[in-house]
Amino acid sequence: MITFIPRDKVSKNWIIIAPILSIVFTIFFGLLIFTFLGYNPLETLYQIFVSPFSRIDRISDILVKACPLIIIGTGLMLCFKSNVWNIGAEGQFIMGALLAGFIALSFPNIETKFFLLITILAGFVGGALWAFIPAILKTKLNVNEILVSLMLVYVAMLFIDFIVRGPLRDPMSFGFPLSKPYPEGALINKIPFPGIGFLGQLHYGILFVFLLVPFSWIFVNKTLGGFKINVLGSAPQAAKFAGFKQNSITITVLLLSGGLAGVAGVIEVSANIGQLQPEVSFGYGFTAIIVAFLGRLSPIGILFAGIIIATVKLGADNAQMTMGIPKVVTGLFEGILLFFLLTGETLQKYKIKWSEGKK
Amino acid sequence: MEALILTIIATSIPLLLAATGELIAEKSGILNLGVEGMMLSGAVGALGAVLWLENPYYGIIAGALSGVLMASIFSVFTINFMTNQVATGLGLTIFATGLTGLAGAPLVGKTIPSLPKIEIFLLSDIPLIGSILFKQDFVAYLSIAIIIFISFFLKYSKSGIILRAVGDDHQSAHSVGYPVKKIRWYATCFGGMCAGIGGAYIPLVLTPHWSEGMTAGRGWIALALVVFASWIPWRIIVGALIFGGITIAQLVGQARGWPIPSQLLSMMPYIATIIALTMISGRLSKNNSVVPSSLGKPFFGGQ
Repeated sequence: MITFIPRDKVSKNWIIIAPILSIVFTIFFGLLIFTFLGYNPLETLYQIFVSPFSRIDRISDILVKACPLIIIGTGLMLCFKSNVWNIGAEGQFIMGALLAGFIALSFPNIETKFFLLITILAGFVGGALWAFIPAILKTKLNVNEILVSLMLVYVAMLFIDFIVRGPLRDPMSFGFPLSKPYPEGALINKIPFPGIGFLGQLHYGILFVFLLVPFSWIFVNKTLGGFKINVLGSAPQAAKFAGFKQNSITITVLLLSGGLAGVAGVIEVSANIGQLQPEVSFGYGFTAIIVAFLGRLSPIGILFAGIIIATVKLGADNAQMTMGIPKVVTGLFEGILLFFLLTGETLQKYKIKWSEGKK
Repeated sequence: MEALILTIIATSIPLLLAATGELIAEKSGILNLGVEGMMLSGAVGALGAVLWLENPYYGIIAGALSGVLMASIFSVFTINFMTNQVATGLGLTIFATGLTGLAGAPLVGKTIPSLPKIEIFLLSDIPLIGSILFKQDFVAYLSIAIIIFISFFLKYSKSGIILRAVGDDHQSAHSVGYPVKKIRWYATCFGGMCAGIGGAYIPLVLTPHWSEGMTAGRGWIALALVVFASWIPWRIIVGALIFGGITIAQLVGQARGWPIPSQLLSMMPYIATIIALTMISGRLSKNNSVVPSSLGKPFFGGQ
């Protein structure tokens, strides 16, 4: 029999050990499942975890893939910390990209890169507005934000599909569901490195991540707003006594996370696609949930978690190309990883005691 | 008309089953957001079993077992390791999406025979009602039987009352000596079984072949249905039929060429879910007694 005994204080060691152990366990169980399904476990392991590091341009592609994950994950961190369950970041990502795209396509000749500030702002607004729906329903009418934010993902997916096949379709697209290409001013360029040229797809959007991570670290650890969020999540009763307004915190974190997801959408489309198409996200909004947890709901952690998960995603692409393993298989790893991470959270607060037989 | 009603009923059965199972889990205090994942596993399990054993009835069993397997994973983590139920449920759906994608890959392009209709002697000859109510497949009858059974179970049986007690106040239930964790395990696995059969119904009756993520959000709508029904079993039937009706209405609209873009029509079930949740939640917050009080809270004590 196993019993759990509460620890006097949260174990500091476990905060570091738990994510590492979780990854080890995940790889072990993942391999077990692959073997069971008849794939070569070692080759899968190589493709998923090692092949993304095998060339320098592949490494920079990891950063490109990690970019939206880190941005969305940072927003979700604020929600999850305050026990607000926004799982609709995928929809907010799409709506952000869509609103920014609408603005970009309204100025077909603009060339100055300052225009990007406007499209990014538009992306923030688009994502935040989409998150405002669950926010207002939750705070005014006590409607479950999990279900509303998720339903809105399906609505957003269908909406962008409608817009791209209808009102914003490029008449010159030969029947393909594509918008006109963005004007020069709305595109995010690749970073040229002197002497090397471009490193894969590495683009200037990554700079936003370098700004966001320290900024969110300061917000969470050094400001009153961050403090309120921490208290609300870890000790809701205390937050109540301290007079923190739960509703305004709920609305704020939803707007911020929706806005950040929207910005991620703008960066992704402006840097990698350059026009609107029915599929812009490829599940970043859902994957970012795992990133936020793997990063232990801390800004620095999320930076690393984004890179790790992006590696697995790229590895899964490679595994699909070389071994024919469907790339949805990343979900398998993400799910198992999340299970173990959450177990790690329990072990931070409780000691395990083995006892003989039944109590 | 008759065909239309039959399609609506068929569309609502997966929702009905999954929501009923989730209702039992939630009554015991467990919020399992993995319904979508359990339904997907049920679907892939059923497809695999029918292709292998060539009998649609094995699909029901395989679906149920796949659902229970997923629910057991959820139970180990949330009940024994006391993990956060919301996050674990999400994890289960993500996990099952990956697992079913992998397991379903070899099944792509293969079609299975559909579940046969069973005519009930004499009753099926009643005009209109007969063919709608008494010429259904086994799972349709089963789902109605399950609803009737759990209505009585929750209200009149001793076990049902214990289950509700565990969901309403696990601490007191534990002090009185009820095995909280064991009861929650059973309730969650029952939920998994129902979701699994509901998922199995999709390939067995609605679309007879595998495609990734073929449940298309039905698991999430089932979760919303439990709230919509205010945790009262028979109301799930009403809710499921409404959603079945909306889903079919948009398909009919697309087929008949209504002057509304098809994407906007396809949004209807999801928007309807939000509207339904909003209408019910306003009323629920005034009358809090219907929601199981321990819902979603981990139980630390005992065992």
